[in-house]
Amino acid sequence: MQPQMVMYDEEFQQISTVCERLSREANAKVVFLVDKNGQLIASVGATENLDTTSLASLTAGNIAATGGLAKLIGEKEFSILFHEGEKDNLHISIIGGRVILVVIFDSRSSLGLVRLRVKKASDELNRIFEGLMKKVLVPGTGSPFAEITDDDIDNLFSE
Amino acid sequence: MSFINYSSREINCKIVYYGPGLCGKTTNLQYIYANTNQSAKGKMISLATETERTLFFDFLPLSLGEIRGFKTRFHLYTVPGQVFYDASRKLILKGVDGVVFVADSQIERMEANIESVENLRINLQEQGYDLDKVPYVIQYNKRDLPNAAPMEELQNLLNPKSVPHFEAIAPKGNGVYETLKAIARLILTDLRRGT
Repeated sequence: MQPQMVMYDEEFQQISTVCERLSREANAKVVFLVDKNGQLIASVGATENLDTTSLASLTAGNIAATGGLAKLIGEKEFSILFHEGEKDNLHISIIGGRVILVVIFDSRSSLGLVRLRVKKASDELNRIFEGLMKKVLVPGTGSPFAEITDDDIDNLFSE
Repeated sequence: MSFINYSSREINCKIVYYGPGLCGKTTNLQYIYANTNQSAKGKMISLATETERTLFFDFLPLSLGEIRGFKTRFHLYTVPGQVFYDASRKLILKGVDGVVFVADSQIERMEANIESVENLRINLQEQGYDLDKVPYVIQYNKRDLPNAAPMEELQNLLNPKSVPHFEAIAPKGNGVYETLKAIARLILTDLRRGT
């Protein structure tokens, strides 16, 4: 079982900075990060007309399915997936075994450029997530939900 | 596994609807989707076959409101119920925070129900979860059918630990929200314990 996923302001800023730079340097349309359970962590670029929640869920499903295929043929995982469309393409990669980086790009960029830039960004993101995981494992960093009462939960369902 | 985002002040939890083929998992999500305010729901995604059988999963994101300044978001998933889709079912259970078992009340489906609960227990174990410890509720669906088994029999067969259970007629919505609220409540209570 994986440990609890937590995101703090500090790391979120660092992650967003890396994603923004990747988006710029790779000439991408959209860059987003998803955890393997399908929850969106960050997204940058032209996301206004995109259903990022659905994208996150389907990306995670895609990674889970190809991960299952990998195991069947004796591989640990397929760390990079590439989907080519008529206009837009998807480059999906796994970072540090637990986070998924997705880059959407069109003909203004190329697969080679995206791969190159993703590799650099992956190392940086991996370092940030490693630090984040250590922070989470330190005892005493309790959940903000430790103090919630039955009333709090009832209120959620009162409407 | 829930995801607490201090930066956007959100908590995300994953609920999986499990059960034998044609028991009404997708129908539960469809009813919730059709009867929830636009502002509280995202798009529902169904990865289904041409004959409307779930192939991989259905997905429905819901926002329930705020707790202590954190927006609570629940991601509802269904698994494909048909026996031969077991590999896909395992994948969907990854990172689950709570499970709803939808049982088909029809007496003819009793064996399928029992097989599915056992399959749930095994698949959870493979992911490192214990069915007796994760937030878990049971919904007895199709209570309106003439061949529905008596509740007592269903409870004896499918609910030995007496987890919360609900009678439902999913297409009409009976018991659908009650089930959802119960599992959400158990998940939030679990979070309080910090597990």
